[in-house]
Amino acid sequence: MVSLLDVKLWRDLKRLAMQVLTIALVVACGVAGFVGAFSTFRSLEASRDAYYREARFADVFASVRRAPASLAPRIEAIDGVAALELATAFDTQLDLPGVEQPLTGRITGLDLLQPPGLNALTVVAGRLPERGAAVAEAVVNARFAEVRGLRPGSTLVALLNGRRETLHVVGVVLSPEYVFASRGGAPDDEWFGVVWIDSERVETAFDMEGAFNRVALQLAPGAQRAAVIDALDRLLEPYGAWGATGRDRQLSAAIVDNELRQLQVLGTVLPSIFLAVAVFILNVVLSRQVATQRQQIAALKALGYRDGEIAAHYVKLAVAIAAIGVALGIAGSLWIGHGLVSLYAEAFRFSHLAYRTVPGIAIAATAAVALAAAFGAWTAIRAVVGLRPAQALQPPAPPVFRPTLVERLGYGRRVPPAAMMVIRNIERRPLRAALTVAGIAAAVALQISGAFWTDTIQLITDTQYRRVMQGDVMIDFVEPVGLDAAAELRRMPGVIDARLLRSEPVRVHARGRTIDTVLTGHEAGDELQRVIDVEHGPRPMPADGVLLSSLLARELGVGPGDTVEVEFRLWHRRRVALRVAETAHTLFGRTLHMDLAALNRVAGDGHGASDATLLVDPHAEREFFAAVKATPRISAVFDKASSQRSFEKTTARNLGFFTAVLTLFAVAMAVGITYNAARIALSERAWELASLRVLGMTRAEVSVLLLAELGVELLAALPLGALAGWGLAALLMRAMQSEEIDFPVVVDPSTYGVAALTVLAAAIVSAAIVRRQIDRLDLVAVLKVRE
Amino acid sequence: MSTAAPTGGNGAPPGADAPVFVARGLTKTYGEGATAVHALRGVDLEVRRGEFVVLLGASGSGKSTLLNILGGLDSATGGVARWRDHDLTQADDAALTSYRREHVGFVFQFYNLIPSLTARENVALVTDLVDEPMTPEDALALVGLGQRLDHFVSQLSGGEQQRVAIARAIAKRPDVLLCDEPTGALDCATGILVLQAIESVNREIGTTTIVITHNAPIASMADRVLRLADGRIVQSTLNDHKLPASSLSW
Repeated sequence: MVSLLDVKLWRDLKRLAMQVLTIALVVACGVAGFVGAFSTFRSLEASRDAYYREARFADVFASVRRAPASLAPRIEAIDGVAALELATAFDTQLDLPGVEQPLTGRITGLDLLQPPGLNALTVVAGRLPERGAAVAEAVVNARFAEVRGLRPGSTLVALLNGRRETLHVVGVVLSPEYVFASRGGAPDDEWFGVVWIDSERVETAFDMEGAFNRVALQLAPGAQRAAVIDALDRLLEPYGAWGATGRDRQLSAAIVDNELRQLQVLGTVLPSIFLAVAVFILNVVLSRQVATQRQQIAALKALGYRDGEIAAHYVKLAVAIAAIGVALGIAGSLWIGHGLVSLYAEAFRFSHLAYRTVPGIAIAATAAVALAAAFGAWTAIRAVVGLRPAQALQPPAPPVFRPTLVERLGYGRRVPPAAMMVIRNIERRPLRAALTVAGIAAAVALQISGAFWTDTIQLITDTQYRRVMQGDVMIDFVEPVGLDAAAELRRMPGVIDARLLRSEPVRVHARGRTIDTVLTGHEAGDELQRVIDVEHGPRPMPADGVLLSSLLARELGVGPGDTVEVEFRLWHRRRVALRVAETAHTLFGRTLHMDLAALNRVAGDGHGASDATLLVDPHAEREFFAAVKATPRISAVFDKASSQRSFEKTTARNLGFFTAVLTLFAVAMAVGITYNAARIALSERAWELASLRVLGMTRAEVSVLLLAELGVELLAALPLGALAGWGLAALLMRAMQSEEIDFPVVVDPSTYGVAALTVLAAAIVSAAIVRRQIDRLDLVAVLKVRE
Repeated sequence: MSTAAPTGGNGAPPGADAPVFVARGLTKTYGEGATAVHALRGVDLEVRRGEFVVLLGASGSGKSTLLNILGGLDSATGGVARWRDHDLTQADDAALTSYRREHVGFVFQFYNLIPSLTARENVALVTDLVDEPMTPEDALALVGLGQRLDHFVSQLSGGEQQRVAIARAIAKRPDVLLCDEPTGALDCATGILVLQAIESVNREIGTTTIVITHNAPIASMADRVLRLADGRIVQSTLNDHKLPASSLSW
């Protein structure tokens, strides 16, 4: 049989429907965000681990210019190496039918004689190439195939060491090395593809018979990774090595791990804020409910109900509201989880990726909400339940007000009574006002934390695509070229200007620390490829010494005036001491820059340049690209405009979802707080306001009296929210930072504005709903009932 | 004291001005069909300017409903109620609001003061609504609270709170003062202080005053006493000799 208290519970829930719904929605947002983001994190982590395991993803990677295959036994003999995979890979131009620009392809040799070893490919369509096939068969990475519409039967032309060769696509594959396929770290599936062909063909084409330029190692359980990396570096040293790295620095793996780390932060920080706000609202609403039912509680006690039974009744009310929130939240988490996973599935190619709610996380979130609700209910009712029935049957004493600070300072008489009511109400319940302000501010901050990424992306595109690279096209040469190459490039059709660069893998030593990175030489007065300090603008190359990115300077612990040792690795092992001329806050990378002529001088190898930036006449692009395709010494092309389009498309889609979810949450939170604050104030002061209506105040006048307090709280909350939003953005940005990323916290004024307006709009809608309830105040009842 | 039959306006004191309130056949029904409650079943009434009227009657007799309609708080189901040239039965919410704002002062049984405001501010809140109000200080002096201007509600006794409520009601110099059980929550001594305040407002400013009470002795200070029962005026009594509030006791 349903107890009468449960009947009362049900009716109370119906009576409070709007408040129940708004609180439940805030709870739902917290649960949805927490469960959705965390389960996505776990789903991704599980997919990653399973895929790496099944594809035997290597633990250590190294690139070398050209090393003899005979080195293999010595590498295998390194203590701690369990398996070894040698490969040959070159970046070359790709020519797709119907595409004007050349693309960049990583032509990678596939050993068809051996069973798949480390970094095994997973065929998702077609088959692997066959040895001895009449035509050059190839497989391509899945993402590139999808974007470019390649499937078994398609063909593409690759420039293999200067010779154009038609490759026949026979399959589409996944590779653990290219879960996130990219040349430099930015998403660029449209212009960069990985192509595997028979290793024999690669070796023949690139003159690599009996040699390799890539090594992957699997470590034995318990092996010392650092020791293995050191030993491998020593073995490869004579052959022009870039320096071995662990899986954590392998480009694709590092990006995947970084993304997972960010997701974990987002999935815990933001939902925790929601849960805290939901608990606060729940507590305030419940204490108000208990206060209005004081005499009912006394009557129940007088009738013989025990304190525990009455307390349980209100705890049930709280838990019921929380349960609705949890149910909505779990449903919402499926939406968020599937949405996030489908975004990740676009960028990250694992063999298997599906969203799965982690039951433990859902249970933990449910338990946290239920406990918070029960605790909130208990603190709210403790005071009333503890009263003796006779005491509780009396109406509560009138609230005590004191002169406010304004009056004690002597300005009281200048403040109109209506304003004084607001000031005194806030002063009498400072904690409640503070929590309301904090809640609204949190909504603003959350909205900012979702939207500021767009500003960051804007800064990145603006800096990298407009300020750093002022040229239109960047090209890599197959082999180093002399400085006269610039003049040759300028003679190509459509080329307005050309500037040479030399990118040299180096090992930098300072203060006992060692970092592998790239040293770039810029031609004097190069305006096409600049170093931009995000705070101070373009930095010209120092006449003497080297310019360090602040990331690198920080990690080495050096500053202007210090000296770093730079060890060349690719062509020779010369080691030179260079003075740090200055540091610059660049967005990406631990990089060094210096004057090209100075670089060539200290390198002492007679080389000129490895790549170049070109300014191209937009009307002559067709002729220019045709000429590039006919130039065998150009191995790879980076077309700024295409890359920027592709980057913006990808980020817009990802950010769109993220921003939409957080905006939705912020609105739910703002409505939850402002509606309940106004509604509670109305139920507390309905009698007061109705009295004033009887005395002749209009609906608008009493609405102002009630809502002015909320208005003041809103006005206080907006700037606080902006500040908190900046703080949250800084916190999230710190979570974003990695070895290669050094983004400043940028929040555009318009982002603050939109966040404030969104929350303001939510508050106005809430206030309008409450305003309608003010209009329905029962004036007649006021004359009779003493609440 | 002489009594007369319930004859509408016929019981008015001789020599008074033309009626300010006129009600004819006033009815009020709550609900419909079998559950309908007839709060007023046809009330005829005239109240003259400056008159002090006390409404007596048991709970449910209709006296509050009548006061509410006269005060512009409730609508009638049938009949006519007019204040001067204002038809209260046809007015919309905005018109009734401005009627209350410009012409009516209310005093409630439970004072209904704003606890976050001082005595002075509670009065000022209402004087801000009209063009030529008394100062809050004058209004409070009139009810004998000139020394308690800056006290908060929680610092005042029940009687003092009710006198602040009276000051608030009269500070805008209303034409009509409507009081619903103004002494209902007070002891005798305090109640008399409150009645003296109402009495002085009626006498000195000439405010037409209608007081609802359960408390029969209060009737002695009225010009006229109307007794209601079952939604009708069943008795109208003129007081030949009004007693001052100070001489009352209960």
